[in-house]
This record gives sequence, C-alpha cells and structure tokens, in this order.
Amino acid sequence: MRLKVLTLSLLLFVFGCGKKQEIDCIVGNQDVIVGGKTGQELSSTQVFRKNNGTEPGTLDPHRAEGVPASNVLRDLFEGLVMEDPSGRYIPGAAKSWVLSEDAKTYVFTMRDNGKWSNGDDVKADDFVYGLRRSVDPSTLSNYSSMLYPIKNARDIVLGKKDPETLGVRSEGPRTLIIELEEPTPYFLSLLTHATTYAAHRPTVEKFGAQFTRPGNLVGNGAFRLEEWRVQSHIKLARNTEYWDNKNTNLEEVYYYPLDDTNSSFKRYRAQELDFTETVLAEQLPWIRQCLPNDLKISPYFGSYYYGFNNTQPPFKDNPKLRTALSMAIDRSVITDIILGAGQIPSYSLVPPVKTFKAVPANWAEWTQEKKNQEAQKLYRASGFSKENPLEVEILYNTSDNHKRVALAIAAMWKQTLGVKTTLRNQEWKVFLETRRLKQETQIYRAGWIGDYDDPYTFSQLLHSENEMNHAGYSNEEYDELIKLAATKNAGEDRLNILRQAEKTMLEDMPIIPIYFYVSQHLISPRVSGLEGNVMDHHYSKYVRILKTEAATNNGQP
Amino acid sequence: MGNLKFIFSRLLGAIPTLLALVCLAFFLVKAAPGGPFDMERSLPEEVEANLRAAYNLDDPLPKQLIKYIGDVLQGDFGPSFQYRDFSVTELIMSGFPVSLRLGATAILVALFFGTLIGAVAALNQNTKIDYVVMFFGMTGISVPNFVMAPLLILLFAIFLNLLPAGGLGDGSINNMILPVAALAFPQVAYIARLTRGSMIEVLGSNFVRTAKAQGIPMQYIVLRHVLKPTLLPIVSYLGPATAAIITGSVVVEQIFGLPGLGRYFVQGALNRDYTLVLGVVVFYGCLIISFNLLVDILYGFIDPKIKTNR
Amino acid sequence: MSSCEKNKSNSLLSDAWRVLKKNKAAATSAWVMVVMGLMVIFGPLVSPFALDQTDWYQISAQPDLASGHIFGTDDLGRDLFVRVMHGGRISLMVGLVATMVSVIIGVSYGSISGFIGGKTDAIMMRVVDVLYAMPFLFFVILLMVFFGRSIFLIFVAIGAVNWLDIARIVRGQTLNLKGKEFVDAARAGGATTTRIVFKHIVPNLLGLVVVYVALTVPQVILVESFLSFLGLGVQEPMTSWGALVNQGARQMETSPWMLLFPGMFLATTLFCFNFIGDGLRDALDPKDRTRESG
Repeated sequence: MRLKVLTLSLLLFVFGCGKKQEIDCIVGNQDVIVGGKTGQELSSTQVFRKNNGTEPGTLDPHRAEGVPASNVLRDLFEGLVMEDPSGRYIPGAAKSWVLSEDAKTYVFTMRDNGKWSNGDDVKADDFVYGLRRSVDPSTLSNYSSMLYPIKNARDIVLGKKDPETLGVRSEGPRTLIIELEEPTPYFLSLLTHATTYAAHRPTVEKFGAQFTRPGNLVGNGAFRLEEWRVQSHIKLARNTEYWDNKNTNLEEVYYYPLDDTNSSFKRYRAQELDFTETVLAEQLPWIRQCLPNDLKISPYFGSYYYGFNNTQPPFKDNPKLRTALSMAIDRSVITDIILGAGQIPSYSLVPPVKTFKAVPANWAEWTQEKKNQEAQKLYRASGFSKENPLEVEILYNTSDNHKRVALAIAAMWKQTLGVKTTLRNQEWKVFLETRRLKQETQIYRAGWIGDYDDPYTFSQLLHSENEMNHAGYSNEEYDELIKLAATKNAGEDRLNILRQAEKTMLEDMPIIPIYFYVSQHLISPRVSGLEGNVMDHHYSKYVRILKTEAATNNGQP
Repeated sequence: MGNLKFIFSRLLGAIPTLLALVCLAFFLVKAAPGGPFDMERSLPEEVEANLRAAYNLDDPLPKQLIKYIGDVLQGDFGPSFQYRDFSVTELIMSGFPVSLRLGATAILVALFFGTLIGAVAALNQNTKIDYVVMFFGMTGISVPNFVMAPLLILLFAIFLNLLPAGGLGDGSINNMILPVAALAFPQVAYIARLTRGSMIEVLGSNFVRTAKAQGIPMQYIVLRHVLKPTLLPIVSYLGPATAAIITGSVVVEQIFGLPGLGRYFVQGALNRDYTLVLGVVVFYGCLIISFNLLVDILYGFIDPKIKTNR
Repeated sequence: MSSCEKNKSNSLLSDAWRVLKKNKAAATSAWVMVVMGLMVIFGPLVSPFALDQTDWYQISAQPDLASGHIFGTDDLGRDLFVRVMHGGRISLMVGLVATMVSVIIGVSYGSISGFIGGKTDAIMMRVVDVLYAMPFLFFVILLMVFFGRSIFLIFVAIGAVNWLDIARIVRGQTLNLKGKEFVDAARAGGATTTRIVFKHIVPNLLGLVVVYVALTVPQVILVESFLSFLGLGVQEPMTSWGALVNQGARQMETSPWMLLFPGMFLATTLFCFNFIGDGLRDALDPKDRTRESG
C-alpha cells in the first residue's frame, strides 16, 4: 500500500512539474560581481584550478604523449617558440630566428636572461641535448617521428645513426643551428611541442627515471612542479627564476585528472574548478540557459570522421557504396542537435587553417532530401536494397559522445537506406590495436587533431605508406601529390597542391568526413587572460584571477 | 595454545591460496587483447621492440610469472605501464591509505548505525518506527551507489554548498563525509535488517522470555544476554560487507575523484596496465585473506563464551 | 521414491506454501512481479515507438501524454517507456539466467563434494576457499574488459563468479542429508552415486535453492548495473535498467524522468525479490537466519 502511495506521488511530481517547458536554473550562488569596480581587479588568491582530463602518463617532455600531458608541460617548460593567447607564434626561449635562403637551416638566438628553475642559465646546448635525447632510441620516446624533418632524425630513430649526428648544433651559449632534410613550412609550430623542449642535463643524469618527480624536476617554464599525486592532482607553483616572472600573476595551478565529464561538471558547479576540459553534449541546453557566460566554444583544428576499411569487402573497390553512406548522413542534425556545441559539418578531411579553406565535395550544398535520393540510387547500384540490406559494424572507442553520434548515424542509415548497423565499442588501447590491424574493422571512428597549423598534418594521414592510414587507402595520384607538397616551400603553390589532393581523395571517398571540431570549455568568469585559439593551447602564465564579491542587490539562488 | 595452532594452520593454508590467486590473475591479464604500448601514433618497430625488451614481455609466460612472484616477495610489483614515472608499489602505497580510510570509516559507520537502527527496530517490532526502519533498509539495498553519490553531491555540494563535491582537498574530514556516506549507505541498510532479524529471534528465545518473566529489567537483558548472540550473524557478515565496500569503493572513488586503489584498478584494467592491475588484485587478495582470518578468530572468541552462558 | 517419502515432501511443501501465503509482503511482491513481467513482455508491443527509434525533434522531452511519450524521451529522442520495458526484459533475463548458471554450477559442485566426502570433499572445498578469497567482482571486470562485451559473457561471468555461496550451502545440506535413511535405502537398492545425488539429494535441496535464487537475482541485477557504470554492461542498442539508471543519474538535474522511471522499476523489482526471498526463507527454513546472503 505504502509503495503505491509513493509511486503515485512520484508520478504526480514528474507530470505535474512537466507543465512548464523552461529549465529550472538552480545553479548555486552565481550572482557575484567579478573584477570589482574596474572589472579588472585581481583577487588576493591567485590560484587556478583546471580539470585536465586523463592523468598524464609521464611528465618527461620527450616521452609524453597526449593533450593532458602537453597542457602541464606547457607550464613547466618553454620551447624555442611560444604562443600568445590567440595562438600566434612569438619568441619563447629563443628571442629571434633567421631562416636561410634555401629554407633548410634555422639559426636561433637564445634569450640573454633565460633561466632554469634552479637558477642555471638556459643555453643553446640544453636544446641540443633535449633534441638529441628525443630522437635517441634508448629514450623510448613515442613521438620521435615528429622530428623527422630534422636532418638525420629518421635514421637515428631507426637506430641507423648515432644521436650526435642529428642536424642540431650550438655555436656558443646563445646560438642554436637546426638543419632540415627538406624545406618544412610548418617547422616553427613543431617547436611548441614538448618533444622539442630542452632538458636540464645534470638533473636527468643525476636522477634518471626519477627526474620528473616534484623536487627533482627542473624546467624553464613559468611554473615549477610542487606536488604530483596520481589520480588526485598535479600542483604547480610560481617559478621565480623564470625570465618573465614579473608578468606571471598566478601563484599556484592545480591540474585535476577527472576523465568523468559529469564529475568535473559537478565540481565546476560547486565552484571547485575554474576550467573544465570539455562539456557533455546532453548538458549543453542547460548550460546555455543557466551558465551562458561560462561556456567558451571556439574552432579547433581537428577533424572527426568515420573511416572505411578499404582493404576488404564490402567497401573494397566500391566507391558508390561508400559515397551512398556518406551522403545519407544529415550532418546538421549531428552538429546542431546531437552535439550542439557549434561543430561544423564537414565534407572533407582538412579543416580550415590560415589561408586554406575546406575543400568540400561537390554535393555538399545539396538539400538533404536530394542527398538521400542520390544515396538511395548509389546504394541500389551497389547491389543492396531493402530486401538485401547492407549489414555493417561501426567500431568506436568508449565515450558518450562517440556513442551518440554512432547511434544517430545508424538510425539515419536505417531510415534512408535500410542498412542494418551494429555498434561495437572498445577501450582506447584495444580500439587502436583493432583499428590498426585492419582485419575486423568495417567502419571505424577516427578523429585527428592537427599537430601543427598546416594542412599537411591531415593530408599525409591518407598516404598509402603512412602507418596511420587505417583506411588502407592507396591512390598513386594522391601519394604523388603529397610527396610533391612535402618538397615545396611555403606558399599558395603548395597549398594548391594540397587542395588538389583533397579533391582527388574525395572522388574515392575512402572516409566519411563528419564534422570539424570545436573546443568546448567551461571557464569561470573569474578567469581572465585566456583566449580561444585554433590549437586550444593555453598557457597559465597569461591567467589572472579576478576579484569576486557577492552581489548585494538580490538574494536569488 | 590451541588458538595459536589454529592461527598458524590458517596462515599456512593461506599461502597456496595466495599463489593460486597470483597465477590466475597473471594469466588472465596476459591473455587480454590490446597491449600496453598501443597508442595513436604507431611506434616504429625498433622502438616497440626496445620497449618490449625493457619490460621483459618477450620471455615465455611461465618465466615471466616466476620472475613476477620473486619480485613481489621482495615488495616490487614492477613499473606501471600507464604512469611511467611511478612504480606499482609506490602507487599501491599511496592509494591504499586513501581506500583504507574510506573503507574502514564506512564499515565502522555501517556497523554503528546499522546495529543501532536495527536494534531500535527490533525492540519496537511492528510499530511505526519498525516500518520506517524497514523501508529505509529496503531503499538502501535498492538504490545503487552510483545513483546515491551524485544525489548527495547535488544536494550537499551544489544546492546547499555545505561540503566539497569531490577530491582529496587538504585531506580534511570534510572531503570524506559524502564519499563515506555514499559507500556506507547500502551496508547500513543490510546490517540494520540483519540486526533486526537476529535480535527478534534472540528476543523470542526461551531464555529471554524466561528472564523477562522473572522480572529482570529489559535493559539488563539486552545488554547482558541479547547483544552477543545478536551480533554473531553480523560478525559473519563482516566478510561479505568488506567485499561489498571494496567493490563499492570503485564507484565512489571514481565519482568523487579520490586516488584510491579502486580507481587505480579500474583505470588499470581499461588501459591495460598489467602490472598495476595484478598488483592491486594480489594486494586485495592478501587483505581479504587476512581479514577472513581475523573474522574466523573473532568468531571463535565470541562463540565459546555464548555456549557457556546458555 | 516410496510413498512415505512422497508424503513427507508434500507436507513440507504445503506447510511452506501456507506460511508464504500468510506473509503479505511476499504475496504482494509476487503479484507485483507478475504484473511487471507482463509489462515488460507486452509493453513494447503496445507502444507505437520502437526501441531504437530516434526523433531529433523530441530530444530530452518531458513526459507528455499528448505526444505519446508517457515516460518522456532520452537524449537521442528515443521513447523512454519502450526502453524501460526492453531494459526490464534484459535485466530480468540477466538476473535469472546468471543466477541459474551459478545455481547449476554451485548445486552440482556442492552436492557432489558433500556426497563423496572425505579427501575429495576437503580438496573441493579448499578450492572454494581459494576462490572465495579473490576479490571476485574484480575478476568479473577483468573478464568483461578482456574478452569483449557480449551479453552471453555477462551471464557466464557473473554466474561463474557467484556460485561459491550456493556451493557451500548445498554442500552443508548434502552432508546433512547424506546421513538420512532414504539414501541408505537407495544405495541398498543398487543406485549409482550420480543417480543418488541427482535423483534423491538435489530435489531435497529445492527449498534452499529457491531461497537462494530469490535473494540472488536482485544482487545480479545490481552487478550488471555496476558493470554498466564502468561501460562494460549490455551494449547499445540493447539496454538494461542498470544502463538506463546510469544514464539517468548523469542527467538528474536536467532530465529527472530519465532517472525516475527506470529507477522506480529497478527499485520495485529489488524490493519485491527481497520480500519474496525473505518470505520463502521464513517459510522453508526458519532456523537459517544466520545466512543473510546479501
């Protein structure tokens, strides 16, 4: 009896409250004045608390991989080149540089006042040491292939030459010379990567594998490592020896490894976090209504796509079927409704960057109805129909958002073409293995964030010899164009070659482009100094925490 | 003297158990697909070969197992594959106190409140109080902790702004209150039900009825004669309760972002951190074996006394 | 069985039935479960929506009789009522099948061990002790993580890990029964060990088994929901109450109906099984209060 009463009252609650359509915004005490009278007054506690996603595997700059580790390392070290809040390249540890006429040699002039966190001067030799260590096979770096543009790097990584033969040398304490294999237009942006950071040789030699521990780690960035508790937090403190220390506002930075987006959202709402790494799509409507000023969305240099396994049926040698599946997806539903953060529907692989605009397929502008009709035609032409439907599997790595997208696409294919789709998800590491083997995959999810701000980082993915080419795409013309682009100097010529490569690739449709990424963060209004940039690189040295005081005129919760 | 022999023989018996545990976990972990070095950027073959050699992954399995056991006996659980700057031993040493604090507090809270509430219910059987308690007991068993935890966070951390929503903070009690509550809640419910049932049975026994008929005051009866036999089934429930707390800690540590062993285990399993997963399983196995031993001994002490009282 | 034994077991059962009928909570629970069972079987047939039917324009819609989404929709616009019904099918199936797996393994193991006795029994129980010491849910996690996520594997993994309790109970009861006369009679009649175990002992264990099943099914359903929390439970587009409750818990501030409805069904089912189990235990084995298999 009691149970029935309880049930009824609960039902009434839900239905009764169902009358209104607006969202109830009980956000906690968010009515505050930020920045005092001028809007720029600083708080007396300069502490910045960030959610960083997964725990970094290591803080050794030459072995680190993944965005979370790079975020922390960016505060602990300073590369030759740095970025300003908008993402423009500015001098870092090097105050200026010159490129030779043949575009194969850089000469860097180091700063006079660069210092390590223990007071030692930062010398050109430190970068020579760092780069050599990066390519040295015994360092067991996973990212050394990034340095292949440097002379001899490839041979050293493969063990054919000694690290001392790397095309990097110092001439005196302030001059660093880097020789490249070929002109590499994007080389400067590589120098913002942790793989190219310098290392403090005496520390590494003294502590060996323990050199990354708090108390041991010596870096040349704006902060030093104070605490590191795995799966709890990483705490950074101001590096007083940093050459630009007088412009650093923050005293402490906390990085929290919360990969459960929901937990981090709750911590943010409880005002225990100032910055979240991402946002759950389901909560966007609520956030837009209740925390509109905290939501920061900005284009991100990344491409989200589904790859076909082109080495096996049913997609081998079947461009009609592949195109049909690509056309039958209503991308605006995915970006506007399923994800809703302002992602941009894509019809090509390379996202827009600088002067390079996306090169969409020629049917991109059609109405979805027309796309669906054409898709149905191509589907039937490939031999499938409602009576003989295609049965296909989508493989994706475990994640809420990937699941939603996959479910949506499966529903679209079912509705428009009658395709029977099964979904399979695996954890990241297993997923990577399965994808690479190309044995079991039919359609797999893929996402690529550009390593440097140039289209080449995407275009080279589909070169037939690239190990990252999980689609098994092999087109001689495409390979030729990619090789040609790699030898050219920066300029429109080179970009035109890459545009041509995109068009060639799109005729074959070896992948299904879906959308271009946006970065989504919740950033507390107290945090000032950060800007959206296309690489989503943020340096804590720019952050200022503004003063907050309770609003006096209303007591609304 | 007989006690010591008992303890010793159980200890001895625990060793093959432990060995079997290690072997089983080891082979299970090794049989898994997905290697520890899989990452987005494929490794050049030479580099991968170096990595495998560095971690002894190319030796035959039995050889790896023996080496592993030898290392463990010296307290070396190997390097973590995931957190490359840390050894598994370090991680276990830093994670265990967190889980211990959480779990032990939860058990104590559960025991205290559970027995209290259950006793109150039993002494007021079939009254309103009893029904309220029974309903509460049922709720505790039916609401999973991954629902209870976010509810608590919403209520106390966000709406009321009383307690932190997660994290270790500065290690103060504040950060422990909600996690312990979420973890202990189902156990409070079970123990309350258990206590109530057990106490009702004891209260209905001939011995107690006789004592009541003789006019002995209720409080005296409860304290001297009812308490111990009531607690017997609770003591034997301690084992499963601990197991439930250990598995519950996985959820609670994840939701509250606490760096305990439960969290390490799940992350390790999902990321193929073999050594960490093995280390945690072996460690917990030892713990459970020791705990069962303790419970057996405790049971032995309680039991003979009762027999002489009756 | 001779007519004497038949009468004995009949009166035991009818005694039990009488006690059970008097237990109001258990009786109500039984009826509720019957209704629930009918709902999950026929509910989806009655609804105009399909399990995986998405509706982009009704995403996270509140419950609304007019639109036909009486429980509302989830974040992909799928009707929640249909999903809760399908989820119920899966949850109840997992609960029953996994429990049956552990019953089959546990009863066979325990009865054989208890019946043969002696050294074999000692060794077999030793193995149980060893397995008991393993943090068993960790092993379920390992199994699920390492060997994929089929629903079949969920049954096997949970069942294979859960059989220890029932094995111990069954062994104890077998030892008890072994000494009884009808066993000697059967042996004198020339029956083999296997025949005695499976024809004479096992049927007498029925009471124990039934209680165990009623009290274990809710546990198993919770274990599956725990696996869903870790992302290891049933996979889309199949769903379970555990998976739905997980999803709902993540959106409880923004879409409370997503938690409320599956949560109610889940909680009610767990309540009912527990009441039924308690009732059965009181009816069949009033002395055995010390075994709270929770």
